[in-house]
Amino acid sequence: MPLDSTLQSKRDFSVVGTRPLRPDGIDKVTGRARFGADAVAPGMLVGRILRSPHAHARIKKIDTSKAEKLAGVKAIVTRADFPDHTDGDAALYDVLYNVMAREKALYEGHAVAAVAAVDARVAREALKLIKIDYEILPHVTDVDEAMKPGAPLLHSSIFTDGVEPKPKKPSNIVRRYEFGHGDVAAGFKKADIIVERTFKTEATHQGYIEPHACLANASPDGQAELWVCTQGHFMVRDTCARLLGWDISKLRVTASEIGGGFGGKTTVFIEPVALALSRKANRPVKVVMTREEVFKASGPTASTSVDVKIGVTKEGRITAADATLRYQGGAFAGSPVEFGAMSAFACYDLENVRAIGYDVVTNRPKQAAYRAPGAPMAAFAVESVMEELAKKLGLAPIDFRIKNAAREGTHSSYGPTYGPIGLLPTLEKAKQHPHFKAPLGPNQGRGMACGFWFNFGGQTCVSLNLNNDGTAALSVGTPDIGGSRASMCLMAAEELGIPYDKVRAIVADTSSLGYNDVTDGSRTTFATGMATILAARDAIKKLTARAAQIWGIPAEAVTWEKGYAKPAGANAGNFPPMSLAEIAAQAGATGGPIAGHHEYSADGAGVSFATHICDAEVDPETGATKIVRYTVLQDAGKAVHPSYVEGQFQGGAVQGIGWALNEEYIYGKDGRLQNAGFLDYRIPVCSDLPMIDTVILEIPNPGHPYGVRGVGETSIVPPLAAIANAVSAAAGVRLTSLPMSPPKILAALEAHQG
Amino acid sequence: MSGIHVRTKINGDVVEYVCDGDETLLDVLRNRLGLTGAKEGCSTGDCGACSVTLDGRLTCSCLVLGAEADGAEIGTIEGMAKGEELHPLQRKFLEHAALQCGICTPGILVAAKALLDHNPKPTETEVRFGLAGNLCRCTGYDKIVRAVLDAAQEMRRA
Repeated sequence: MPLDSTLQSKRDFSVVGTRPLRPDGIDKVTGRARFGADAVAPGMLVGRILRSPHAHARIKKIDTSKAEKLAGVKAIVTRADFPDHTDGDAALYDVLYNVMAREKALYEGHAVAAVAAVDARVAREALKLIKIDYEILPHVTDVDEAMKPGAPLLHSSIFTDGVEPKPKKPSNIVRRYEFGHGDVAAGFKKADIIVERTFKTEATHQGYIEPHACLANASPDGQAELWVCTQGHFMVRDTCARLLGWDISKLRVTASEIGGGFGGKTTVFIEPVALALSRKANRPVKVVMTREEVFKASGPTASTSVDVKIGVTKEGRITAADATLRYQGGAFAGSPVEFGAMSAFACYDLENVRAIGYDVVTNRPKQAAYRAPGAPMAAFAVESVMEELAKKLGLAPIDFRIKNAAREGTHSSYGPTYGPIGLLPTLEKAKQHPHFKAPLGPNQGRGMACGFWFNFGGQTCVSLNLNNDGTAALSVGTPDIGGSRASMCLMAAEELGIPYDKVRAIVADTSSLGYNDVTDGSRTTFATGMATILAARDAIKKLTARAAQIWGIPAEAVTWEKGYAKPAGANAGNFPPMSLAEIAAQAGATGGPIAGHHEYSADGAGVSFATHICDAEVDPETGATKIVRYTVLQDAGKAVHPSYVEGQFQGGAVQGIGWALNEEYIYGKDGRLQNAGFLDYRIPVCSDLPMIDTVILEIPNPGHPYGVRGVGETSIVPPLAAIANAVSAAAGVRLTSLPMSPPKILAALEAHQG
Repeated sequence: MSGIHVRTKINGDVVEYVCDGDETLLDVLRNRLGLTGAKEGCSTGDCGACSVTLDGRLTCSCLVLGAEADGAEIGTIEGMAKGEELHPLQRKFLEHAALQCGICTPGILVAAKALLDHNPKPTETEVRFGLAGNLCRCTGYDKIVRAVLDAAQEMRRA
């Protein structure tokens, strides 16, 4: 839905842009906040899941008879308890298959059975008594290997889409995508310099500190409740109801406080299992993943293999850009290669551009979104080549990027023509930043990179109830993952003209509010924020009508200003301004409760750009890298609560640092994950890092009344490349494979020194 | 399995409980005593979300058995504020927006307090190493380090 003309952008803010304390803050610093695993219910059972030890195996027989006889076991579910209600919806069938294995276990960790028992010990004992007869099959975990003819085949039903003619033989290649415009071959003919490279990145995990957890309470009459840590409780409700063949209306889902998600909590894993166990046991069942289960059986991101070729004139103008991206997304269709291919060249103004993507399945857990899904790996490849070209041209990397940067009116590499965008401002600001002028020490190198993310709008529903004391109760349906309730209160307060602390925002359960899409795509401050603003404007319309009624003048003769109804002009009558509280106090006598609502499919999420600068120090003895300085410059459109915007910039950059330097899924020859724990899968710790400097730019998004753009995801797009460029500069050799762990750097140094 | 009787002091209060021999202190706190401020992020001592103090020493409660706490004094996040008054660290975490999702926050606050109890005037580097056992995936630690340094300064003035 495009914004109508009455929603002209606001520029003079009273509370938006300030940094008040968050409303859920005291609960979170005192340990009172209730996260997924913190809930209890009377008569609660403990649910645990049995998982395949094999990367690929046919499940010939499941025998639960011994486990059923164990004292304290109240319910066991297997594939037999999950009949197919998906009605031809292939994507939903994949979710069903991922939640509980059917004819085959497709990765190590794939759920094959589950138990509900009186306590954790009995549940663990029961799992040991379940006998599964497996026929072990050949497996494949590497993306390039999985694409080869003769590779172990996961599904006999995959015939590559997007190629003509459609293949007659099944393969692991789900689909081919292609984006771009112009004539790439002709463009390369005009180039004076061409650089072509192949890059690899390993799979990483979102690494949220809170494991998946839920508490299901289902009755034999079909009524059910679910408490769950998720980025989208409406998604959980609809998905679980459809998988189990239940009525949506009978399942009420409440979102707990959520201990991180970063995209990883945008689908279901344990929730349908917990509900099925609860229904069968007719008791509440709590299921909490262990950290090992989180690594093996939730949704890490894709590992990738990417070819990039870019040609430039001597003057530094790009003539053609071409990329082929191969992403494995685990055992089912849906790697984020489409977004990778769309975003790869989105930062540049290109005449001839093409990006081809292949979505590939392997014997790994089904990937889930991870912050700007698909984009960081593409940016790693493209921005590494950009840095190398700049060096060959003898241009400063930042000037080379400025020369080719996308701007308003650029026909983007993925189709649309850009409106007002913030890439050039971030580059120009970066150029003036003291970071660029700071001297480098021995063994240090500097790198930079740009990044892009689409941002998303989506289905949103908000309700704003005015209380008779003049305060406001705001109900939103998007889980608050990083302070969004504070931002919502700021926007409601801004519109209503009441203080920030007079608005209380809650994340309403699925029975209290209309459908809301998941908190993803950096959409909440944009889409839920805009719905909040429009719900407040709806409430203001009703407030002015009530004031008009009290004064006995026409509703059009009343305006709203800074929390007060006022006669529109001298002709309207001479009445003293009436506050929101005064009108609300008389609501019962003037027509009943006053509430504002807004329901829509939000459109107009402005695209977002960032430029990052990184200094890295490489120890030539050990190959270890230390990030010594890091600066993020990003367009936020309008920063509603600048502290939490900075927090998004910093958090994304540091996740990128982990991805670039340490983090990787390491598979053994047996197809089993070798490092399913935080000791061996090492995310950045406090002592690894410097301060992360941030610069917020505000290039208003015309699609939002305050100009807001999503900020959550873009910050993870540039770091892989910015760090690779810094490390390559420090080491004197180009690194093309992530993570740039000490052994890889040492090997590159040795190969270079020959 | 027969239970083990344990007598301990938690946040200054005498607490008695019966636990199984293989039950961690974290499980006892969360499942038997309703003290869910300590979080289970890994159960292998790698994330620090379950941090408590055991006789004044910073400890991962997932690495200690409930039975081992007999006779010990335990400090948890629930004991950090005094009535309505937040500890300066808690206040500074809010002022500096040093939390996003908040799941690591109780453990980090317990670890930060343990650090300042031993070293009231830490450098940035000392804060970073003092908190190196506590994983935060949201913030990149920047605002956490600033909040701890600011709280330390305020506590020295008081």
